[in-house]
Amino acid sequence: MNANAGAELLRIDGVTKAYPGVIANSDVSFSIREGEVHALLGENGAGKSTLVKMIYGLIKPDSGHMVWRGEAYAPAKPSMARTAGVAMVFQHFSLFEALDVAENVALGMENPPPMRELAARIRAVSEEYGLPLDPGRMVGDLSAGERQRVEIIRCLLQSPKLLIMDEPTSVLTPQEVEILFETLRKLKAEGTSILYISHKLEEIRSLCDEATILRRGKVVATCTPREKTARELAEMMVGATLTPPERRAGEKGEVALGVSDLSLASPIPFGTSLKGISFAVSKGEVLGIAGVAGNGQDELLLALSGEITTEPDRIRIHSHPVGDLGPVERRKAGLVAAPEERLGHAAAPNMSLTENALLSGAVRKGLTRNGFIDWAGTESFARAIIEGFDVRTPGTHVAARALSGGNLQKFVIGRELMQDPEVIVINQPTWGVDAAAAASIRQAILDRAAAGAAVVVISQDLDELLEIADTFAALNEGRMTRPRPVEGLSIEEIGLMMGGAHGMEVAHHGA
Amino acid sequence: MLRLEKRPTPSVFWSRATPVLAVALTMIAGSVMFAVLGKNPFEAIRTIFWDPLFGEFAWYLRGQLLVKAGPLVLIAVGLSLGFRAGIWNIGAEGQYIMGAVIGAAVGLAVYPTENRLIFPVMIVAGALGGWAWAMIPAILKTRFNTNEILVSLMLVYVAQTILAMASTGFLRNPEGAGFPGSRNFSSYPAAANPELIAGSGLHWGGVAALATVVAAYVLLQRHILGFQIKLAGQAPRAARYAGVKPERLVLFCMGVAGALAGMAGLFEVTGPAGQISIDFNVGYGFTAIIVAFLGRLNPIGILLAGLLMALTYIGGEMASTNLGLPSAAIQAFQGMLLFFLLACDLLTNFRIRLAQVEAR
Repeated sequence: MNANAGAELLRIDGVTKAYPGVIANSDVSFSIREGEVHALLGENGAGKSTLVKMIYGLIKPDSGHMVWRGEAYAPAKPSMARTAGVAMVFQHFSLFEALDVAENVALGMENPPPMRELAARIRAVSEEYGLPLDPGRMVGDLSAGERQRVEIIRCLLQSPKLLIMDEPTSVLTPQEVEILFETLRKLKAEGTSILYISHKLEEIRSLCDEATILRRGKVVATCTPREKTARELAEMMVGATLTPPERRAGEKGEVALGVSDLSLASPIPFGTSLKGISFAVSKGEVLGIAGVAGNGQDELLLALSGEITTEPDRIRIHSHPVGDLGPVERRKAGLVAAPEERLGHAAAPNMSLTENALLSGAVRKGLTRNGFIDWAGTESFARAIIEGFDVRTPGTHVAARALSGGNLQKFVIGRELMQDPEVIVINQPTWGVDAAAAASIRQAILDRAAAGAAVVVISQDLDELLEIADTFAALNEGRMTRPRPVEGLSIEEIGLMMGGAHGMEVAHHGA
Repeated sequence: MLRLEKRPTPSVFWSRATPVLAVALTMIAGSVMFAVLGKNPFEAIRTIFWDPLFGEFAWYLRGQLLVKAGPLVLIAVGLSLGFRAGIWNIGAEGQYIMGAVIGAAVGLAVYPTENRLIFPVMIVAGALGGWAWAMIPAILKTRFNTNEILVSLMLVYVAQTILAMASTGFLRNPEGAGFPGSRNFSSYPAAANPELIAGSGLHWGGVAALATVVAAYVLLQRHILGFQIKLAGQAPRAARYAGVKPERLVLFCMGVAGALAGMAGLFEVTGPAGQISIDFNVGYGFTAIIVAFLGRLNPIGILLAGLLMALTYIGGEMASTNLGLPSAAIQAFQGMLLFFLLACDLLTNFRIRLAQVEAR
């Protein structure tokens, strides 16, 4: 692996950065050689983003220093980093939807050339690297994968020496991931170094030459990812032995949740309308719904939870029509739902955990009598969630917003699963949760299914779905594919179900 | 350089301390204003805050305190429910007027009955009058998504016109020699709202205000509806997820605020005011908005804030007659109170830190 790696490009030496109450990076050291694809691996909150922001000049380290091609490197702002040859593709795009591709690229440049020349250069670069992109198209019309290409091409126009990519594949279909990897390999062959941030282990094993593993702000290991198994990498990242969730060989029962020809306009501005969605989930079955974000996932959850109502027959719980019932009545009928957005939707940020336990637990846990709240009962319910799901908090009086994302997610999932539900709908169950907590959330979902609940899990994490789902479907632009058994499903088939690569499969034919 | 840092949890200490701090800051800034106006600031502050309670005429003014605080508290408690839910009814003045007009009209329609039941009937009529007036912006909001701030405020001016029509037209005292204004309720014992204990200033409105404070406290602390009100205000999407129906909440909060404001108007017209007249309303409905926020939208806080606000009214009047302070200065003084309160509120959710200057 080191055969094609050249001289040292960037060395990080004992870098420390602390924020009030948390040390984001503590004495971090590693180095990147020219032409190397270097992985930065770690859980959420391990300090990966802080580290790359320092390399990109967005924040300043408290102590330690960096060396760029043998010279001291301390960028005070991103433009200095760009001048040195560092480019970065962020996880969240900064693009204007109402402008076209070329205009967006021009906005990110210090001295943009005339538009026609720029468009020609965009076309040239996009063809050279197998990332087809029409400079004249509106960004608002592009898919997430295409928008990422705009960001990448914006970087490539600077001919960077080091390209930083922060979780680039989280918005891509498997086919789009392959196209991206082709591009990155080509860049590497030309001598460009890539710092690749991810927590997806298989990707790192297939792409990266070296990996630096961060845990709680410290470097815990450096290794060659190809020589390790995904499991070994995960355990280094988490610092604990992981047990994969246990699958029971359960018998499928009768249909508990039925959706037939559900169509509705999105209540969310720029949202995706649902178009003719039909599926059925039996007792004990886990249906996994995949799809790139923004393809109707939020709308589907709202329709199932009762926050949007439809005609009665569209949604049935145990064959009773519930389409026109609100969230309270649907909970009475046995359905619980956990939306993706924790703060503000699943939980009220400024309210205590006790109050948040009441928020969705009042109906099924019988926490009110004649409308009067049983606060003692509510508090013990909150305490039971905290204990049952290992929520790290000083107590039930703490405001929801004071919890870390992962802890709040455990609380929210625990609150729903501990209501003895018959139908469970969860959008992004482990989003932003560390690997150990994610494993325990998945296990809890499977346990509920084993106890006879019908489960719908909507997720962008394919590995997660393949791990826990019995049947698999994908949402694409508001339409859902027919659910198929997970067993025997190939990754190519999954990719095609998710909408393929938006007509870009031929990108590398000439390369 | 100062920097604001969001607290992980709202500070309990500051949420209690900000009203005190705001009153202190108001006194300081008010003193500066009075000094600039050429008055002795210490004397002015003493006249406003001390004399009504312990001065020469305290025996009379203390009673006035309850007379003024009663309607303020009654209206403010109703408004606070809506404010907590993010429903901005600022037309309580109009609902207060309509409660007085409708309630008085019911009483005057059967003049001169001696049946004591007429007073409870008038209270209900007053509450219904205020409720109906509040339902106009509420229904327009739920049906057509109109802005309740604008609609409820504009209806105040409509109510004032109706009040003028009533006092010069349909409710005018037939024995009043053509002067505007209705019969006086002090000479209509069955329908009057007299002082319950002589010299205390306490009438049925004060009793109703206290009962409302207790009821609102129980509602907010122990009842699921109170929880939903708080939830809807803090996190509207979480409220929908919890099954709260926003339209129902709008109707409930507007309705309660309107009914309480209407009752306040009825108690006022049958008691301290005595009659329907063109200048019957003196701004209780607007001042109650300040009272609601000064009391942290908390029923007990509102009770204290209502008393404090009444004090500045009475003290302010004394200061303008005794010291010759312009009444605009008193209004500015009351405005400062709300201003400082809202500014100090920042401390509840934020911490102020000295930021080190980033080296470039």
